[in-house]
Amino acid sequence: MREPSPHTEVFGILGEFEKAEALFEAVGKARDAGYRRIEAFSPFPIEALDEALGIEDRRVAWMTLVGGIVGGLLGYGMQVYTNLDFPILIDGRAHTPPEAFMLITFEMTVLFAVLFSIGTMLALNRLPRLHHPLFGVDSFHLASSDKFFLLIYGDDPRFERGAAERFLIGLDCVRVDTVGHTEEPE
Amino acid sequence: MTDDTAAPDRSDPREGPPQEGDPRRDRYAAITSEITGIPLHYPHRRNWWILFACSLMLLTLFVVSATVLFARGVGVWGNNIPVNWGLAISNYVWFLGIGHAGTLISALLLLLNEHWRNSLNRFAEAMTLFAVVCAGLYPILHLGRPWLFYWMAPYPNTMEIWPQFQSPLAWDFFAVLTYLTVSVLFWYIGIVPDLAAVRDRSKKRRQQVLYGLFALGWRGSARHWQRWRQSYTLVAAIAVPLVVSVHSEISLLFAAGPIPGWHSTVFPPYFVLGAAFSGFAVVSMIAVCLRHALGLYDLVTPRHLDLLGKLTLATGLMTAYGYFAEIFDVLYANEHQEVATLYDRFGGDYAWSYWGAVIANFVPLQLLWLRSVRRSPVGLFLIGLSVGIGMWFERYMLLVTSLYRDYLVSSWGPYHASFWEWSLYAGMLGVFMVPFLLFVRFLPVISAFEVKEALFEDTVEARDA
Repeated sequence: MREPSPHTEVFGILGEFEKAEALFEAVGKARDAGYRRIEAFSPFPIEALDEALGIEDRRVAWMTLVGGIVGGLLGYGMQVYTNLDFPILIDGRAHTPPEAFMLITFEMTVLFAVLFSIGTMLALNRLPRLHHPLFGVDSFHLASSDKFFLLIYGDDPRFERGAAERFLIGLDCVRVDTVGHTEEPE
Repeated sequence: MTDDTAAPDRSDPREGPPQEGDPRRDRYAAITSEITGIPLHYPHRRNWWILFACSLMLLTLFVVSATVLFARGVGVWGNNIPVNWGLAISNYVWFLGIGHAGTLISALLLLLNEHWRNSLNRFAEAMTLFAVVCAGLYPILHLGRPWLFYWMAPYPNTMEIWPQFQSPLAWDFFAVLTYLTVSVLFWYIGIVPDLAAVRDRSKKRRQQVLYGLFALGWRGSARHWQRWRQSYTLVAAIAVPLVVSVHSEISLLFAAGPIPGWHSTVFPPYFVLGAAFSGFAVVSMIAVCLRHALGLYDLVTPRHLDLLGKLTLATGLMTAYGYFAEIFDVLYANEHQEVATLYDRFGGDYAWSYWGAVIANFVPLQLLWLRSVRRSPVGLFLIGLSVGIGMWFERYMLLVTSLYRDYLVSSWGPYHASFWEWSLYAGMLGVFMVPFLLFVRFLPVISAFEVKEALFEDTVEARDA
């Protein structure tokens, strides 16, 4: 999800929750209230959160498959090419026996599938990214320990700073923070 | 099998007094601080330094042995014709085999959704990495001209030739490099969320910068987690057949050659199971040591030791079946030279390695049938050690007993490892120990976020039930 440009008033409003269940509920209510550009943060992966946010992104899985196919073709092709480029005739054996090529083909399939998978995951997540406006929020370090957070981005079509703050306070929220921009508008 | 361990036992006496508020949430914070606290405020520094100093001495021995080898050539070893693969290659197989258990524990149990894996996978994977590095160094050192090892790679060159892709030696290059790359990446994407947790807990600037760099700016967003989960699970699913393919390929280095005692179709499964067996034994040893050294009694519980014991026992019995299958095969085929090699193993010059393997691998192992032994750290450690040694005997036996007397009687000859082979082996243990100790000292040795995830899922399941 693209992040708000520095031209918006604030980066977003962040609510902190004690329990995962409270976060699910808050996500549901935020969507009911019409907020579309929201993001949740948790110390560990929670499948129910994907459903609550309505995220369905299978691109990593597809790119893993693509990587596997590319690697397999590359591995097999490399062996066929090199054996035809410099043919060695031994006892009249075939130059390009598929049986002998299978192992390297498999290894290359695995290697490329894994590289594509992890590469796609990092690229789509826009990582590495060492700095982020959220790191400026004092309590956000708890997102890797035991707290759950809901962020409403500042460029949500329905976003209005005061209303968003009031909305989050109205939920089962222990703390609400305003997340400022870290970049100046160009 | 998700009853009590992924969520550490709450009644454990070592745990602090219960705090107010949601008990589960307090557990999250307690788990996080217990695990991330180790790299930030390491306990028992003196013991660590003593071990580290010993390991550094071993590493120095490695450097000296490798320098002597490079300066004077492989002649300083006892390798000869006919035994042209000595300790270097048997240790290569041994180290790589140990490494496989880390991937199996981590990837296979992730796919099976066994929560108890979460207390073991991180250090088991680290063990894999360093064992694969040790293994990978051996064939390179064994090359007469190690600086030309890159000739194994297919690159356009002025000689206009290519590697021989129909040879298991070329397969080996691809298998080990792929395995190393995949192991590093799988381990690394698994540790990133915990590095972020360490980053968020650290107070010193230097720590914040270092952990921050390697945490890649991870912040636990739901969209990130979703893609991360897909990638992690898929890599795990791919890693399991990779392990099988890599060690099968190692066995083909032997089985593809017309050597008595090697040329057998039983080799790939026999090698893969032996690898898992030795690896589970070493994981058990490491689990016992780390648990004791870092006081992780509530995360690595007796139940984890019990399950490790069961895995070791199961793979051990399968390996034992491989021994029977091998003997049966030879006697059933009744091929003269194969039978002669079999009797050489039973009673020849190297019978000590055969019986050493049989006894050290399978005799103490039987104690693991007893639940009390599986749950006893000392018992499990000693059996693990015995298996580690037994599997070393096995690799040595497979290599030497087949080579020293093959078809051509005129080229029979003995093999004795030289001082520099033994010193390189001792040094190689340093190559394993030094990075492993650095890992224990500076990185979260247990996957904190996965332990918390399992705790969360267990409470949700319990509530739904």
